[in-house]
Amino acid sequence: MYFLKRILFMAPLLLLISFLAFILVRVTPGGPFDRERKPASPEIERNLRAKFHLDEPMAKQYWRYLNGVLHGDFGPSLKYRNHSVTDIIVQGLPISLSLGGLAFCFALGTGIPLGFLTAVHKGAWQDYLGSFVALGVICIPGLVIGPIFVMLFAIKMHWFPVALWGSPWHAILPVLTLGLYFSGRVARLMHEGMLAILHAEFITTARSKGLSEIAVLLKHAFRIAVLPVLSYSGPMLADLLTGSFIVENLFQLPGIGVFMVNSSLNRDYTMVVGLVLLYAILLLALNLAVDFLFTMLDPRVRYE
Amino acid sequence: MSKLENLSPNQRAWRRFRRNRPAAAASIFLLLLVGIVLLWPALGRPALAPRLPEAVTYSPDALSDAQFAPPSFQHWFGTDVHGRDLLSRVCYGARISLLVGLVGAAVSLVIGVLWGAIAGYCGGRWDGVMMRFVDVLYAMPSIIFVIVLITALNAVLGKMQEGAKGLSAENVRLMQLAGLFAGLGAVSWLTMARIVRGQVLSLRHRAFVEASRVLGATHARIILRHILPNVYGVIIVYLTLTIPSIILYESFLSYLGLGIQPPQASLGSLIASGAEQINSIRIYWWLIVYPGAALAFTLLALNFVGDGLRDAWDPRSERKG
Repeated sequence: MYFLKRILFMAPLLLLISFLAFILVRVTPGGPFDRERKPASPEIERNLRAKFHLDEPMAKQYWRYLNGVLHGDFGPSLKYRNHSVTDIIVQGLPISLSLGGLAFCFALGTGIPLGFLTAVHKGAWQDYLGSFVALGVICIPGLVIGPIFVMLFAIKMHWFPVALWGSPWHAILPVLTLGLYFSGRVARLMHEGMLAILHAEFITTARSKGLSEIAVLLKHAFRIAVLPVLSYSGPMLADLLTGSFIVENLFQLPGIGVFMVNSSLNRDYTMVVGLVLLYAILLLALNLAVDFLFTMLDPRVRYE
Repeated sequence: MSKLENLSPNQRAWRRFRRNRPAAAASIFLLLLVGIVLLWPALGRPALAPRLPEAVTYSPDALSDAQFAPPSFQHWFGTDVHGRDLLSRVCYGARISLLVGLVGAAVSLVIGVLWGAIAGYCGGRWDGVMMRFVDVLYAMPSIIFVIVLITALNAVLGKMQEGAKGLSAENVRLMQLAGLFAGLGAVSWLTMARIVRGQVLSLRHRAFVEASRVLGATHARIILRHILPNVYGVIIVYLTLTIPSIILYESFLSYLGLGIQPPQASLGSLIASGAEQINSIRIYWWLIVYPGAALAFTLLALNFVGDGLRDAWDPRSERKG
């Protein structure tokens, strides 16, 4: 019942978000046709504006756009005029999805064990080393580590291809560049989650029942300690799946992260609103899924 | 033990912070860094320069014929595409990056604290509306906001420069910098607002607030004098963690060409111009490694300090102190 209400509540929220994004890009100076080959005569620009209904009142434009969206049509891109926004997203999304999905798996696959081990060995050298590594990868941004990976492993060593997409070999450097930061974040969350739970009463109970330490840690502590990671996973996955400008730009991947930046630079109105909506839908849906998983993992969590 | 009891919470937190060795080391590193980047321009002065090694006396803007010189005794960090000394440029860039981080964080602090405090203090319907607004902004990609804000400002500035009055190039650059501060602060206040609102919500019905209200204090006075001082610890902790994220955001914007504009430089724009020089024939690793290391160490130190402050102010760490 609670989740049904949440899903129903998403509709007005998305409406508000689309409206805000729509207004925001429209009121900023400059237009989508500013960078046309000059001199674009006033007639040409007027015809272009008329073709894309930019000469109508704002409210009417928004209404027209909303109508299109409800029918699954996000309008034509104002910059790449032979393509619709839907086309561009459909072409770019699979690449961003697979790149982001792999980076997500990498972040969880390395971050969770690292955070788990550093918490279990609290105060020992494993803790100091592991926690330092986790903080270190958070502080080395992708725009530093990406070029270094390219120079070292691709150009100097020839271990990996320099750019582009295709084979598993192509994926390794971009996934590492994208995923390392999140891996550090996950490790820190997992570390704190474990530390907070290790002194809980139900852990003491489990120990006093005579369970082996491994069973206590893995079966009882883990499922509660992983909850902070879980709640971070929603926004993290939304960020990862909608592409990263730096990684896509550096490795020349045709994902949608590049479009996210370029469309707002080019005032490609329809494209911006389409991408904002895509991000918002992903984020809201993922947060909902996270809250649902919470109830599965932690029996104490109840939503009414 | 009895002496410990007499200390105020802030004094106890400060004591715990000083005992945290990584955090203390990181604060010293930051102080040194700030000292170096502030004193750097003075080293090139004629009065000092002859007595110092030549490598530390270059100006960040002085062009030379030694393009892409690798790190050497003369140029410790090498030189860039225009033959400029990279060590001096890294010092210059670190100064701008730190400035951007501090001012951007201050902007986000003001917006976030006021928004959160007002929402929490008013409660009820206002709280609902204001926090739903924060939720909506959370669900939008912040990069689009920043780009739109900054390009809009640049367009306005361009018009003003062409206009009859004609702003000087110097003023335009200052205004661009101010716009960058505002833009970065404007997208980083959401979490601060949520944190402050939660704290204020729990404070607003406490006896000392009610007492002050009964005595006829205005709402502004209650918020500023009675409620916010109780939230300082949380605010400071979160502020130290906001600075590195804003420095990071600025470096990303510089990578897009929207951040600091040349001939000025930040660590991010230095890295970005290093990344432009990647080719398969020659590797200019120093163009990325040195500014990147400066950025990473700065962020690392700020994070250590932030973590140390959080542990020091966290009531749960009281027993250990």
